[in-house]
Amino acid sequence: MMRMQPHSEFLGSPVSAAAVPIAIELSDASVTFGRGERAVPALSKTTLRIADGEFVALVGPSGCGKSTILRLASGLVQPTTGVVIVGGREVAARALRVGMAFQNPTMLPWMTIERNIMLPLKIVEPFRSQFRKLRKTEYRDKANALLEQVGLKGFGNRFPWQLSGGMLQRANLCRALIHEPRMLLLDEPFGALDQFTREELWSILQDLWMTHKATVLLVTHDLREAAFLASRICVMSARPGRIVDDSEVSFSRPRTVAMTFEPDFVALNQKLRGFIVDARSAPAEGAI
Amino acid sequence: MTGRDVRQKAWSAALIVLFFVAWELFCVMSGMSDLVLPRPSEVFVTLYQKFPLLWPHILQTLATTMIGFVLGVGLGVVLGAVIGVSKTAYDTAYPLLVGFSSIPKVAVVPIFVLWFGSGSVPAVLTALSICFFPIVVNIATGLATTEPELEDVLKALGASKFDILWNVGLPRTMPFFFASLKVAVSYAFVGAVLSETVASNRGIGNVMITASSNFNVPLVFAGLFVLAGLGVALYVIFSLIEGRVTGWATRKNDLIAT
Repeated sequence: MMRMQPHSEFLGSPVSAAAVPIAIELSDASVTFGRGERAVPALSKTTLRIADGEFVALVGPSGCGKSTILRLASGLVQPTTGVVIVGGREVAARALRVGMAFQNPTMLPWMTIERNIMLPLKIVEPFRSQFRKLRKTEYRDKANALLEQVGLKGFGNRFPWQLSGGMLQRANLCRALIHEPRMLLLDEPFGALDQFTREELWSILQDLWMTHKATVLLVTHDLREAAFLASRICVMSARPGRIVDDSEVSFSRPRTVAMTFEPDFVALNQKLRGFIVDARSAPAEGAI
Repeated sequence: MTGRDVRQKAWSAALIVLFFVAWELFCVMSGMSDLVLPRPSEVFVTLYQKFPLLWPHILQTLATTMIGFVLGVGLGVVLGAVIGVSKTAYDTAYPLLVGFSSIPKVAVVPIFVLWFGSGSVPAVLTALSICFFPIVVNIATGLATTEPELEDVLKALGASKFDILWNVGLPRTMPFFFASLKVAVSYAFVGAVLSETVASNRGIGNVMITASSNFNVPLVFAGLFVLAGLGVALYVIFSLIEGRVTGWATRKNDLIAT
């Protein structure tokens, strides 16, 4: 594995010349699953640059390759063509520490919430080599500080089955952040929650982003969620996906749920909705 | 323990007592010969009187059972882990395993005797061969059911296959593993006794065969009682261990209200 040197990820890399360093860069990256006649194109040649500290939301019709972009950025999938650069190096080098969260919180049922959240520290350097020494002191405090930030103070020694779906999803965010990732990849993290819990978690995620300053890539099918959270929204076409619109979201922060009912916000939502309706009715066949 | 549990246990105990009382009454009233079906009271007396004689045989049977069981668990865990981490290995190896496990183990005892002579070795091997299968199946199933999302989260962190197996895969198989241990230890016991009855000069199985050829029927039954007692004891021990180690898998219902 790569040696990790916190805060020096960009030194000496070609992208460091830019004013704001680039965290994630896809250059003509495409992904095709399978081979020959059974090949399924999941993502058309896509070029996307995400600056360090940006909060980018990916929206689009289902099955359009949103999650594929996320998996490219995490190194779980290799591009069929093109290159994926993360933190100034090829993605396989793992130059940026990554945190991930999915719709399913996947807490391990035999561990308390606290220990579940500490799991990444057991895996990632430089925390890994100190895990035995610090798990009862510094790391536990770290986990509890995060829990407090998401409103789960005092729940650290509960077991996952004692928490509701919304609480588990908060814990899931904590687990994605505990190892101080520079890049946070979220795949429909709030998809299974009710409207009110979801809106509550938007604010929590916004706070977390504003304090932790990580680059966030959020895949969602909820346009309000995208407009509330993101500083930039990329709209994708139907499978095989490509980016059809890429626009900044300039509402001031911290944003509130009340803002989502103001005319500007509603107009943005309608614009995004228009793109997706078009994308659904005109599949981008042969667009590669 | 709730009142309901206590009542349940009382009923179980009552049923056991009732069983022996009915047996005793049946023998007395029908004037059944000792040579066919001895009275349970007679069996218990025999058991008490012959216990010093039975004790080394009990130890022998327990020893072969436990050695066979430990080896079987080792083999089962390794095989289960190997075929559980890969879907292809699972599908490829399964027919062979099922074929092997369908062979009645009494049929392989003579082969073991042919290879290793009569005595402890065939008993250990029979115990091993009969008990490893449930462990293989349970470990493999437990590993195969790991959530793909969690695996992705850890892989994105740079976790190795071993990290994932150690932190997620193996703990997740523990409930399956301990459930299979209960079954496997009973199987190992059956295997050891089976082998002793066919080819050994020690062990409870051998005592019973010798006693029956001497028409010492109460001693045969005393042997049966010992077997039943040991079988229950082994099962209970492993149930208790299971409850301690993998309480998280079953505790759910007790704690949901807290």
